[in-house]
Amino acid sequence: MSDIKDATTADTAPTPDDALRMADAAEKKGPVLAADGRPLKQSLNRALRLQKLRALALVAPLLIFVLVTFIAPIADMLFRSVENEIVSETLPKTTAALEDWDAEGDTIPDEAVFEALYDDMFFAQEAKLHSRLGSRLNYEQTGVSSLFRKTGRSVEDMGEVFQDQFEDLDDFWKTGENWTSFMASDEWLADIQAWDADSGDRQPRFELRDGIDDILPATAESYTRFANYVRTEDEDNVYTEDPWAVIYSSFYDDLTRADAAAIAAYSGPAAEQIKSAATAATGFETIDYSEAFLDIDEDWHSIDVWRTIKIYSPKFTNGYFLNAIDMQKSIDGPELRPENERIYGILFWRTMVMSITITLSCILLGYPVAWILANLPARNANLLLILVLLPFWTSLLVRTSAWKVMLQQQGVINDTLVWLGLVATDDRLVLINNQTGTIIAMTHILLPFMILPMYSVMQTIQPTYLRAAKSLGATNWTAFWRVYFPQSIPGIGAGSILVFILAIGYYITPEIVGGTSGTFISNRIAYHISSSLNWGLGAALGAILLAAVLLLYYAYDKIVGIDNVKLG
Amino acid sequence: MKLTNTLLASTALTFAAGMASAEAHMADEMTIVSWGGAYSNSQQKAYSEPYAEKTGVNIINDESSAEAVAKLRAMNEAGNISWDVVDVTAADSFRLCDEGLAMEIDFDEQLKAGDDGSTPTDDFGDTLINDCFIPQIVFSTTFGYRTDLVGDTPPTSVCDIFDTEAYPGKRSLEKRPIGNMEWALLCDGVAKDEIYDVLETEEGQEQALAKLDTIKDSVVWWSAGADTPQLLADGEVVMGSTYNGRLFSVIEEQDQDVAMLWDGQMFDLDGWIIPAGLSDERKARALDYVKFATDTQRLADQAAYISYGPARASSAPLVGQHAELGIEMAPHMPTDPANATNVFVFNYEFWADYRDDIDAKFQAWLVQ
Repeated sequence: MSDIKDATTADTAPTPDDALRMADAAEKKGPVLAADGRPLKQSLNRALRLQKLRALALVAPLLIFVLVTFIAPIADMLFRSVENEIVSETLPKTTAALEDWDAEGDTIPDEAVFEALYDDMFFAQEAKLHSRLGSRLNYEQTGVSSLFRKTGRSVEDMGEVFQDQFEDLDDFWKTGENWTSFMASDEWLADIQAWDADSGDRQPRFELRDGIDDILPATAESYTRFANYVRTEDEDNVYTEDPWAVIYSSFYDDLTRADAAAIAAYSGPAAEQIKSAATAATGFETIDYSEAFLDIDEDWHSIDVWRTIKIYSPKFTNGYFLNAIDMQKSIDGPELRPENERIYGILFWRTMVMSITITLSCILLGYPVAWILANLPARNANLLLILVLLPFWTSLLVRTSAWKVMLQQQGVINDTLVWLGLVATDDRLVLINNQTGTIIAMTHILLPFMILPMYSVMQTIQPTYLRAAKSLGATNWTAFWRVYFPQSIPGIGAGSILVFILAIGYYITPEIVGGTSGTFISNRIAYHISSSLNWGLGAALGAILLAAVLLLYYAYDKIVGIDNVKLG
Repeated sequence: MKLTNTLLASTALTFAAGMASAEAHMADEMTIVSWGGAYSNSQQKAYSEPYAEKTGVNIINDESSAEAVAKLRAMNEAGNISWDVVDVTAADSFRLCDEGLAMEIDFDEQLKAGDDGSTPTDDFGDTLINDCFIPQIVFSTTFGYRTDLVGDTPPTSVCDIFDTEAYPGKRSLEKRPIGNMEWALLCDGVAKDEIYDVLETEEGQEQALAKLDTIKDSVVWWSAGADTPQLLADGEVVMGSTYNGRLFSVIEEQDQDVAMLWDGQMFDLDGWIIPAGLSDERKARALDYVKFATDTQRLADQAAYISYGPARASSAPLVGQHAELGIEMAPHMPTDPANATNVFVFNYEFWADYRDDIDAKFQAWLVQ
């Protein structure tokens, strides 16, 4: 009971929670009952519930705002670091066909894979998705970007050999109306003819005729993809749209591969045309897809390209994270990148070391200022405080550019040193475009974030403690070090956390004054987000940075204790 | 008589309604995105102000071209495109066109014919590099040097950049491989027409980086076009690369002791794209603006404000004097025959493929 205080013994004002705690403690000795016979704890909880709900309702707007505008976008961005659906979505058939291919062997995939690739590429280039996938895979394998772009341009002509032969055979195969007459269900045909394009109603969703996918499975699949694309992307009428070349090649495959009995037994619409096409198709000129792709670009017979596609087939990948720690995926599992491409390890380490340096220099410079501020009469302190806050009212870019003018070799500081004769004119100090520049400029920019929490903590330290220490015989130093300093630590802690966390995420200042040796990991993140567009890698780097901060925060909590942090 | 009147009146009404709906087809507000600075200024003077005067449209200027691709991609994902016309470099237009983020243009249908009667396709000629990009200017990345800091023999060749003995002091180079790798190989003895073949190979990339390594300690790396002019003006560097228009402004407008080194300049294009997925009204407005802004006279007008060459052949004879300085602009154009004796043309295909790979190596080389 000794740690429980009621209103009479507590050193703070009583709160409703005190009653709860009292009840909680009392329960150990058997439940205390309220007037209505219920346990006291329960009825207190009920009374408080409304209050808690009201409190929650009050913070709800901010909570929702933070969730929607802050947490959700960050979560979405971080999700991109593992998301890799683009490969299997753009090349669904190819990735499925590749599952049986042995990537560790030294033969390229067989004809079936190339045929699947033709189908996928055809639809991808119609939707203009192939080059997007090309740039995605180009992050892993140089040259894929142009390979996909080039292939997209030529793939349309590749299957025309079948289209021409079917159309030469019978004019029936030329028009969309004839195709839909046997591919689509009767309800859909009725719907689409009743549909008025100008009415603003949505075009009815394409429906396959029952059983047609048993007889012509590949055609049914291609036709459905085609119909969905025409309906949603082109917004043309599926009923009258003439089919694409890829449908003819699927049709040819079905006619030559499906079992002849099924086609012979078919009796739906256009049965006659299909049967005569099936007979004729056996004599058609055909193409070798593997060779056709080789004709477009010899890289299609390069095993590295196929390995890359296979490695990145799954919907999720750890590839971005591996890239972010200077590794790469290979057929034998993760491996280190070649030495001349390793960069992120160095940058992460540098970001940490420099942020700590900046935090320490902020403590060194900020502590005396905060001390003076806290010990001056209020009027003078306010004036000084305005000077501390002044940089906040100036644009970050202006301040950084001002440092450029100050620090450069023909700048103010060097000119002054030369004028004083401290530095020879041909041996001016290099203060910018290196780590020194970043540390100086960022210490200046982040200093207020250190001074303010220190100041508010120091203000609460009673000057009488110091006087008491001295009157008991302590020297100035002992009084400061043993009495004053320990009380100011919460301010240092709060300032350090603020400065450190701000510092590791900075990128504008290092970009301008950091040259090559003073840039941070954030500069690479910014590069990948806005320039190389490798958002997955940017997200992975960001996720690692976030994890590092959380880890340090946790360590800080364990070592110093987060309760020791005071912002005021 | 009454019938005729009714007929006349209804015809007039129909006609008026038709006119009104043709007008209503175009949005009365548009957002134009460009690079800011003197360049945006020249576009506003030459295109936007006359256009706004002619049509009464309200033009909002945005200066986000540096992040155009990233932002357009984000807008596309969010399904809310707030830009109507965007000024991008040729390389960015490739990526936008590839990803389907930019609208395809039928040049002969949707642009004006040249003043000399040539079709747009002929008039723009080689500057039409993909289906989405409407070329506007030819600019170049080239070198400027401080006339007072280079001694009695000013540099005449791009390879003088690598000669730290003859030209001691710092030089500024762009913090990216494009351009620098080509110059390094050229100055390491690789024949100009073999440079990209060499750069495709690991050894070639290493060779270029090794050459750059010889001056690594003397290089200040820039990432914004305004950096080199400032560094030159301050005397921080003796020579440095940047866009030729920026150097023109340092030399002619600000009268600094800086001169152009046209040798080895890297030609690049800049132009408009229209984002894909605009509503019909906004699309019609954007196309109307672009049609106006890329006609022969307008492209020539822009050259009165900034020293970038018009992308149309038919505009070249119309290039006149600078609007304020009154000097002839033709000799300051990167395309002027006297300046264009030794040029590179930005190889978009090559860099689309090798950018990620070479950039990784370049950045690793930088931090080591």
